[in-house]
Amino acid sequence: MVDRRTDENVGLPPREVADILPPHAHGWIGRYVFSQDAKYIAIQYAGTAVAIGLVALVLSWLMRLQLGFPGLFDFITPEAYYQFVTMHGMIMVVYLLTAIFLGGFGNYLIPLMVGARDMVFPFVNMLSYWVYLLAVLVLAASFFVPGGPTGAGWTLYPPQAVLSGTPGGQQGGIILMLLSLILFIIGFTMGGLNYVVTVLQARTRGMTMMRLPLTVWGIFTATVMALLAFPALFVACVMMLFDRLLGTSFFMPALVEMGEQLSYGGGSPIAFQHLFWFFGHPEVYIVALPAFGIVSDLIAVHARKNIFGYRMMVWAIVIIGALSFIVWAHHMYVSGMHPWFGFFFATTTLIIAIPTAIKVYNWVLTLWQGDIHLSLPMLFALGFIVTFVNGGLTGLFLGNVVVDVPLSDTMFVVAHFHMVMGVAPVMVIYGAIYHWYPKMTGRMLNDAMGKIHFWVTFLGAYAIFFPMHYVGLVGVPRRYYEIGEPAFLTAPVDGLNAFISAAALLVGAAQVLFLFNLFWSLRRGRESGPNPWRATSLEWQTPDTPPRHGNWGDALPDVYRWAYDYSVPGAPEDFVAQNDPWVPDAQEGRL
Amino acid sequence: MTVILAFLALVALAAGWWLSQQHLAAKPWLETGVAPRAGHGPGQAPGLIFTGVFVAVMGGLFAMLGSAFVMQIEETPYELVPLPPRVWLNTALLLLASACMQFVVAAARTGEPRWLRGSLIAASIASVAFLTGQVQVWTALTEGGYALNGAPAASFFYLITGLHGLHVTGGIIALAVICYRQAAGRDVTSLLPGVRACALYWHALLAFWLMLFALLQGWGNAFLALCRTAVG
Repeated sequence: MVDRRTDENVGLPPREVADILPPHAHGWIGRYVFSQDAKYIAIQYAGTAVAIGLVALVLSWLMRLQLGFPGLFDFITPEAYYQFVTMHGMIMVVYLLTAIFLGGFGNYLIPLMVGARDMVFPFVNMLSYWVYLLAVLVLAASFFVPGGPTGAGWTLYPPQAVLSGTPGGQQGGIILMLLSLILFIIGFTMGGLNYVVTVLQARTRGMTMMRLPLTVWGIFTATVMALLAFPALFVACVMMLFDRLLGTSFFMPALVEMGEQLSYGGGSPIAFQHLFWFFGHPEVYIVALPAFGIVSDLIAVHARKNIFGYRMMVWAIVIIGALSFIVWAHHMYVSGMHPWFGFFFATTTLIIAIPTAIKVYNWVLTLWQGDIHLSLPMLFALGFIVTFVNGGLTGLFLGNVVVDVPLSDTMFVVAHFHMVMGVAPVMVIYGAIYHWYPKMTGRMLNDAMGKIHFWVTFLGAYAIFFPMHYVGLVGVPRRYYEIGEPAFLTAPVDGLNAFISAAALLVGAAQVLFLFNLFWSLRRGRESGPNPWRATSLEWQTPDTPPRHGNWGDALPDVYRWAYDYSVPGAPEDFVAQNDPWVPDAQEGRL
Repeated sequence: MTVILAFLALVALAAGWWLSQQHLAAKPWLETGVAPRAGHGPGQAPGLIFTGVFVAVMGGLFAMLGSAFVMQIEETPYELVPLPPRVWLNTALLLLASACMQFVVAAARTGEPRWLRGSLIAASIASVAFLTGQVQVWTALTEGGYALNGAPAASFFYLITGLHGLHVTGGIIALAVICYRQAAGRDVTSLLPGVRACALYWHALLAFWLMLFALLQGWGNAFLALCRTAVG
């Protein structure tokens, strides 16, 4: 390997360590199945996440069929309904969103954006995916065991999660769910360590932390958070597994079930809630921070403008990450906590709104007077901002103890977190796929299909979740198989529930069009060339599109600037790539 | 949740120190040209950084367990398991293993194979003796009527020591790999990166064990009660 530039003629500092090409398998299986190349691992992660996510999508349809048209579908029993709710929630939050943002985008983008040849530990990275796949398979297996999957709700609160009254509680369902989560955390830890070490140790020459694209900052911070938050879920799962299998009483108080005194006693169900939400709330930002980073990059590229307040954006990411560890108990206001604790957690919750608002203002100010191209990534980015703000506003309601208590466990909460943690990040995932698909395949996704996909998804999501806020406000509880008789509830919400269900079916169907577009464009999409969006960050400057093994051909790139030099006065084009040595005041325009 | 919050405060301090070195107040939009302090390809110590981050994750795990234990004992202080004296000896053995690992690093730095071999063997023996001692403690407690499925405090003891023991076992496997490489005649100084990572891991195992040991004795709850009284 030879440096592209010699040190003497441009005054570059020498490389600390020789540039080494990562191990490269030559066989088909080594290259595509047990691949150690982060780009293939990313696609494996994303493919698996989308596949299991589709299962969760179908489960949401089944839930909505029951809520919209109660009694019409005999096969949706109360037990099945609870199983649908549980599996939908857990799959979407953990196995789809976390996996696709960190395992998918993290693997694909980190090495390319920091100018590395691959992750620092490719073998461990490969193991990470296979353990994740095993976790998904164990979870999916629970659909086929006697009693089916657990119906404990995605929060898996004990003691009910391991008792016979809950679907899967005394059968295999809960065991497989806990085992699967344990495996997921082990797999994620392998990958997460890789992402962190790669950002810390494998940045190319010139790539300071303050020159990293915000996408990398978002994924990096979210990974650090996940590495610190997932142990809480790990501990909770191991302890509950012990309670279920070995008869311990970590979370189990003395209980009488069906008139029979159980052998449990002395444990604390509230301890589980603390452990779960100590993971659960950072999890919101583990999903949100990569989305924040990605959307910042999408907006800058497609508005042809440097990101407004880059430093503030970095600080806000870090501050949000830190604050998210001291707000967990706002999910537990109704658990009987001391009022002073409620006050403390309400305060910290509302303080998080400050760095978050900084980010929103900066996105808007980036758009201000920008050359906005309403391309598909930009549409989805705009959709994200609007949705995130709307979802965030209802978060202000729920962050306050006195407002949360009456709204707790109603459909208002469901609508809130679906807006802020469901629709908003999914908008970013789509925007990111439309944005980076040309780099991954060398072809553009079909624009017409993409536009239909965007409008149906965006408007449809509002058709689902706006009325759902109202349904919650009038008092409809969440996790109820059917509302029953009270007329003051059923009269206003019956029609709305049917409407929401119809919208959900339509939005779900639009995702099939997106999947079709992914495969259709692989062969028939317009050729994209190496940098169709005229973007500055390093992943668009690879010598090959899609990038080959080792990413950078013979020489690693050198970085001369940050990732947001758009519309620079005097520059030959309206963007200056990070590895372009052009400077405005140099004699010949180049270093 | 005091234990985990205290641990995260330490992590935040370390992260804050690192961030303070990253020129977060820089104005990258004004800087053009290769930054002298930038990353320079694969860094020199990815293994050590990997172990360091893993140690933080492991710390989070044990701190969470510690928090859950403290919450439990808050409710049922009378259920604390009386720890057999053997636990003190085990703690001393782990301390010895940790100290020996530091000798291993020093020997690898100075390139002295005899010191390296001797310290490696001593660290390995002390670690295996620690594990054996923990198993003996388990046996003694089980025979004393403290069953895994008994009172939650006893269950916590088995879970905490078991998970810690698993991590020690993982470390012993890594140590065995280094011993094998050394026996195979690898240059002593080439063992340094692996040895440094191993030593860091061992020091962390000791630090986490000391924390857990203190909590299992009930000192954590006593300390918190003292703090509450002081604040009150």
